[in-house]
Amino acid sequence: MNETIYWILWLIASFILCPLLPGIINKVKAFFAGRKGPSIFQLYYDLFKLLKKGSVISNTSGGLLKLAPCVSLAAIAVAALLLPLGIVNSPLSFEGDIIVFFYLLGTARLLTVWGALDTGSSFEGMGASREMQFSALAEAAIFGIIGCIAALTRKCDLTMLPATAFSGSISAVAILLCALAFFIVLLMENCRVPADDPNTHLELTMIHEAMILDYAGPDLALILYGASLKLWLFASFFVILLFPAIQVGLLISSLLFIGGIIATVVAVGIIESCMARYRFIKVPQMLIGAFGLSLISLFFLIFFDGGIK
Amino acid sequence: MDLFYKLSNGTSAALSLIPVLEEQIFRSSVIETVNAGSRIESLFAMPEGENFRIFAILLNPKEHVLLITSMETAGTYQSLTPALPAAHLFEREMAEQYGIVPEGHPNLKAVRFHESYAGKAPWTNEKAPEIGMIDFITMRGEAAHEVAVGPIHAGVIEPGHFRFQCMGEDVYSLEISLGYQHRGIEKMMEGKVSPRTIRMAETAAGDSSIAEATACAAILEALDETVPSAKARRIRAIALELERIANHVGDLGALAGDVAFLPTASFCGRIRGEYLNMTAELCGNRFGRNLVVPGGVKFDLEPARAEKILKWIDRVYPELKNALDLMFDCPTVLDRFENTGAVRRELAKDLGLVGMAGRASGLLIDTRYDLPLNDDPRPKRISLKHCTGEVMARAHVRYREIVTSHEFIIRMLQEELQGEIRSEYNGKIPADKIAVSVVESWRGELCHAVITGTEGTFRRYKITDASFHNWTGLAMALRGEQISNFPICNKSFNLSYCGHDL
Repeated sequence: MNETIYWILWLIASFILCPLLPGIINKVKAFFAGRKGPSIFQLYYDLFKLLKKGSVISNTSGGLLKLAPCVSLAAIAVAALLLPLGIVNSPLSFEGDIIVFFYLLGTARLLTVWGALDTGSSFEGMGASREMQFSALAEAAIFGIIGCIAALTRKCDLTMLPATAFSGSISAVAILLCALAFFIVLLMENCRVPADDPNTHLELTMIHEAMILDYAGPDLALILYGASLKLWLFASFFVILLFPAIQVGLLISSLLFIGGIIATVVAVGIIESCMARYRFIKVPQMLIGAFGLSLISLFFLIFFDGGIK
Repeated sequence: MDLFYKLSNGTSAALSLIPVLEEQIFRSSVIETVNAGSRIESLFAMPEGENFRIFAILLNPKEHVLLITSMETAGTYQSLTPALPAAHLFEREMAEQYGIVPEGHPNLKAVRFHESYAGKAPWTNEKAPEIGMIDFITMRGEAAHEVAVGPIHAGVIEPGHFRFQCMGEDVYSLEISLGYQHRGIEKMMEGKVSPRTIRMAETAAGDSSIAEATACAAILEALDETVPSAKARRIRAIALELERIANHVGDLGALAGDVAFLPTASFCGRIRGEYLNMTAELCGNRFGRNLVVPGGVKFDLEPARAEKILKWIDRVYPELKNALDLMFDCPTVLDRFENTGAVRRELAKDLGLVGMAGRASGLLIDTRYDLPLNDDPRPKRISLKHCTGEVMARAHVRYREIVTSHEFIIRMLQEELQGEIRSEYNGKIPADKIAVSVVESWRGELCHAVITGTEGTFRRYKITDASFHNWTGLAMALRGEQISNFPICNKSFNLSYCGHDL
C-alpha cells in the first residue's frame, strides 16, 4: 500500500517536473557555449504563455490537425502510467507491458504524423516522411533491446533488471551495449543532436519541428509538454536499464532514480554541445548501428550467458 | 578603330571615346574576349533617342584594365547567353528595364518585377507584373514534389523566394526569384548629383557599406579628377578589411549554427560584434556608414585610436582563432561541410562567379590584384589550395581571408602616416563622360559605372553587386544535393538580396 502511494506521488511529480528536462539541457548547452542561457524554468513560462494564446488553423486541414496534439499527449501520458519508480513497479503493470509502452509512444507519433500530413504543407510532408523513415529503423533497435530484457528477466515487463544480471561479466556487457543502443534511440526519438536539431529555424532541415510548424497556442503547448514528458519517459527507461533493482529503501531509490534522469539529460546536453548534427543520410546508419548493438547484446546473452531458459 | 576602350579602375573618359560596334562585331568581340580570360563586370543599356545603347564592361586581369565597348540596338538583338552563360542575368535585367529582347535567351524571366523604365518587358502586358509570379521550371512524375521557401523566412533575413524541384530528399533543380527588396536605387541616382548620391550608393547593400561607398566615391573622384590622399586610402582599406572580417566571422558562426555546432556559433556571434564595434571606433557607425566621402574619409585615425584598435585586435583575434579552429577540427562539422554544395571550377568560370565564392571554386580572381584602385594598400593574396568549390572550400577561404586581413590591418595600424585625410573635392561632374570603379567587397567585386549627361547630372548609374554574379552559383550548387543541405550552402555564399534587387 505504502509503495502504491509512493508510486502515485512519483507519477504526479513526473507530470510536474518533466518540463525541467529541456531546461536542463539548454543550461548545459549554454554553459558549453559560454553563455548564460535561459532559465531552466523557461518551458513552464512558455507553456503558460501559449495556453493564453489563440491559434490559427489552416483551411486545408480536416479535423486531424486539431485532434493530434490531444491524442498524442494522451498516449504519452498513458505510457507514463506503466513506468516503474525504481524498484516499485507500477500498480497498473502487466505482463508484456513494455511492448504497450513503446507502442503507445508510437501511437503518439502516428497522430503527430497524421496531423502534419493534414496541413497539406510541403514542409510538414517532408518532416512526416523523415520521421516515419527514421522511427521505423529506431523500432528495430527497440525490439532488440526488448529481446535482451526478455533474455535477462525471462519476462517482457517494464521493470528494473535484477541485481544478479549486473554481476555476470557477459550480461553486464550486454546491458551496457543495450543501454548504448537505447541512448542512440533516445537522441533520435527526442529530436536531439546528432539526429535532429531542436533549435533550428530552418524548415528544410527539420524532422520533428517541421511536423508541428502549423501549431500555435494551446495546441503547441500540448505538443511541447508531450515532448518533454516523452523525454522524461525515455530518460527513465534509460535509467531502468542501467540501475540494478537493489533494496535500498524507497527514498534513496527514488533519489537515485531522479539523479539518473538528470545525469541522462546532462549527457544529452554535453553531446549536443560538442558535435554537429549528422547529415540525413547518416541518421539511418546511426539507427542501424543501434540495432546492431542490441543484436550483439542479444547474441552475447543467448550464446554465452546460458540462453533463454 | 579599336574594339574596346581601355580604362583603368577609378578613372573617367569621354563617352565619345567608347566604340560603338555593329551588333555582330560587338557580339563576337565580347565572347572572344571573355573566352580569352576576361570577365564580365557589367552589361547594361542606356536609352539614346529612340534606340538603346548597350555597354559591356569587361575586366582583363592580365593587363589590369577595364575593357569597354558598346553597340546600338532598336530593341532586339541576338542573345549572348547561349555562348556566355555569365551574361544571362544581365540580359534579363536589360529586358526588364528597357524591354530590349535578347533573341534566343533560354530563360527570359523577370528579375526584379518593377515597372519598365522604357517600353515594356517582353514577358508581360501589364505595367509591373506581380512579384514572384514567373513560370518556374517544374518537374513532373509520381514521386516528384515541389518545395517553396520564402519570401518570408524563419530567421531575421531578407526576403527571397526559392523553388525546389525534388524527388524525395534529392534536389533536381532550384530556381531563385528575387526582387522583393527593389528600391530603385539606380533610378534615384540619376539626375542632379548631390551630397546624397554617395549615401544612396552606400545603402545598395548594407553589409558592404564601405565597399559600396568606396566605389561611388572613386567614381565621383574620377569625374572631379581628385586623388584621395595616401592616408585616406589607407583608412578606407582598413575599414574595408574590418568589414570583410566582421562578415566572414558572422557567416562562419552562422554555418556552425546551421549544423548545430554550438560553441563556434555562439563565440562567432559575439566576436562579429567586436569587429563591428572596431568599425564604430573608426567612424561612429558599426557598419561604417558615412566614413567614406568623396575626396577621402570623414574621420581621422589618430595614433591613440590606432593603438586602441591594435590592442583590441590582440585581445579578440586569439579568441576568434580558437573558436574557428574548434570548428575546423571537429570531424562531425567537416563531414557536413565536405562534399556539400560543390560548384566546380569550370562551372564557376562559365557562370562568372566572383569574389570569395569564385576563389573557393579555384578561380584566381581578386580585384585587389586584378584591378587595383589607385594603388590602394592590400592584404596578401590567399592560397587557393584545396579550393574545390564545396561548402568546406568557401568556409576555409573565409578563414584564410580573415587571417590575411588581420595581418594587413595590424601592419597598417602599426605604421604611422602623416597627411590630410581629405583632398580638396570640388564636386565637378563634367558632361558626357563615362567612369567606372571596381572594389573587392567581402563577397566579391562590385562595379559602379556612370555615364554623365549634362554638366552636374548622372544620365545612367549602374551598380553591379557581387551577389548579382553569384546567385546562379547557389542555384547550381544545389543540383543533385540533399534538400536539407540547402541552408549551409546558402549560408556559405550568403549573398545579398538588396545588393541584387537594388
